[in-house]
Amino acid sequence: MIFYIPQDTTALALGSEAVARALQAVGIEPVRNGSRGLFWLEPLLEVATDQGRIAFGPVAAQDIPSIIDALASDPASHVLYQGEVAEIPFLKSQQRLTYARAGLGDPVCLDNYKSLNGFKGLKKALQMTGQQIVDQVKDSGLRGRGGAAFPAGIKWQTVHDAGKDGCQKYIVCNADEGDSGTFADRLVMEADPYQLIEGMIIAGLAVGADQGYIYLRSEYPLAHKLLNIAIDRAVQANFLGENIQGCGKTFHLEVRLGAGAYICGEETSLLESLEGKRGMVRAKPPLPAIEGLFGMPTVVNNVLTLAAISTILAEGAAAYQNFGMGRSRGTLAIQLAGNIKCGGLIELAFGVTLREVVEDYGQGTYSGRPIRAIQVGGPLGAFLPESQWDTPMDYEAFAAIKAMIGHGGIVVFDDTADMAAQARFAMEFCVVESCGKCTPCRIGSVRGVEVIDRIVANENRDNNVILLHELCDTMEFGSLCAMGGMTPYPVRSALKHFPDDFLSRDAAGAAQGEN
Amino acid sequence: MGISQDEQQSISDLVGQYKALPGALLPLLHAIQKQVGHVPDAAVPIIAKGLNLSRAEVHGVISFYHDFRITPVGRHTVQICRAEACQSMGSRQLEAHAKQALGVDYGETTADGAITLEPVYCLGNCACSPSVRINDDVFARVDAQRFDELVSGLSAEESVAK
Repeated sequence: MIFYIPQDTTALALGSEAVARALQAVGIEPVRNGSRGLFWLEPLLEVATDQGRIAFGPVAAQDIPSIIDALASDPASHVLYQGEVAEIPFLKSQQRLTYARAGLGDPVCLDNYKSLNGFKGLKKALQMTGQQIVDQVKDSGLRGRGGAAFPAGIKWQTVHDAGKDGCQKYIVCNADEGDSGTFADRLVMEADPYQLIEGMIIAGLAVGADQGYIYLRSEYPLAHKLLNIAIDRAVQANFLGENIQGCGKTFHLEVRLGAGAYICGEETSLLESLEGKRGMVRAKPPLPAIEGLFGMPTVVNNVLTLAAISTILAEGAAAYQNFGMGRSRGTLAIQLAGNIKCGGLIELAFGVTLREVVEDYGQGTYSGRPIRAIQVGGPLGAFLPESQWDTPMDYEAFAAIKAMIGHGGIVVFDDTADMAAQARFAMEFCVVESCGKCTPCRIGSVRGVEVIDRIVANENRDNNVILLHELCDTMEFGSLCAMGGMTPYPVRSALKHFPDDFLSRDAAGAAQGEN
Repeated sequence: MGISQDEQQSISDLVGQYKALPGALLPLLHAIQKQVGHVPDAAVPIIAKGLNLSRAEVHGVISFYHDFRITPVGRHTVQICRAEACQSMGSRQLEAHAKQALGVDYGETTADGAITLEPVYCLGNCACSPSVRINDDVFARVDAQRFDELVSGLSAEESVAK
């Protein structure tokens, strides 16, 4: 029997290290796999037995003796028994492409990766011209998974065509996953880092870039460690470096750490930061595809976009394109978070509704109270009331209701949430994280906090509500990037759908009087 | 604030080690902070000279990023996630508790020099909120009681060490 206990951040945060030690104490050396993303079951202990790969969770160190006993007799009798992993409904009903390998084995074991179709896409790409690879990406319909949903193939074509022959080009992976409620990038990097590395090599081959950078947020120390191990091993096995697999192509890859600035997830700010500067947003044009890192043509793609490249090349553009709806093709990594009973990673074709995600997969709130609001797409995403939960997860459908899918994070709030406080927080977050380059964002956010405070304090309320709307317009239309431009989304949605919350302190305020 | 001869030397060594790297400043600042614990003011001219930047440029970068500190911090850094997913699970109450329990506000260090308390915006552990990071370890589902256990663990560790 082989035992698996994950080493990913969430599993560790829930005590998987102690479980591993408890196994070692009874003479079992577990494989430290990545997580499957079924986070409410972490630490999820998996055991490969004659009856298949079965799971127990959530497991604590003190459960190990009884699990060992149960394994010797009747595993299903154990209270933490979850059955065969692949049959757990939360997992079984998913359409896993990017996360097909997540949790299966040791994430930095190169042989494990190779045995699970790893480098299949790269092998094909090595036989193709750059243009052929770009065409595959275009045909797949893949759109940037960072949030902006720009067609990846078009971006790649621009970089492919840019500059003189032989000019320096770069592949930059945006791994500055700062949106609250998102962990999909982290899960790729911690559970299947070679997939990202493979995608970046293919991107380099496609556009003629020989240097890649992964810009990783400093809040992910474990991903940092695992990526560096994976890169070292990929270099040793000649998947990175010069003359890759004897094909004459070169690709170098390096991880660079951010330093705790949310704005550096915006691509031009990220490039400034990589160049060693303040993460100030650049005006576009010029596009990074034409003048990017150090002024050279640069592909900037999110972790999930680059990871999907491996699948697209391995299985073909048509296979990938078959998933999805409308102009949103392929699969979406939905991250179910916040006040949710069964939170985790759900990879599905575009088109599933928000309600299906939170009710069928999530099973309602963790607190057991009714859901009040759902924020999709991170701190710049709108708060959606129940009337909007039947919206399908599709870029265009969300845009139509003034919301966004963004990076696919879903944060659930129960009925104790104070939406005025959340609106204030959206402005406050913008104050803390604005790069300061443009006035609507830098100053608008400060004024936004003040105006919301006045509304809640019932100070000249009607006029201040008008003022807040005008301020939101100024920020939306006058800001240089999405930070200031979309901070109004959560604010306006809170005001529109939960107006009572902005009134609720009226009575309390009056009653408290001088206090 | 002055720095020791040793610290000055190690900063100069790091500058020498990193200066050829494209976009060297962030990796260099991380390396200095790892070595010294913070980026002292006295490091600024050394970095500026080594990387051929103005002191203002170096200062500008240090002050832009939340991670870089210009004064010494506690032996442990405790970060409480303030982002939305954690808020939905009670992180506002947790941060109020933490400030009270430690007797410090964000950005401050406890009187015994053990713990610096900081806010953080998302640790990527959002399905099991609220999250707290202590040095490089993340903890999930942290309520007031769990916070006290984690923090007292830090102090206990130190008294044993002493």
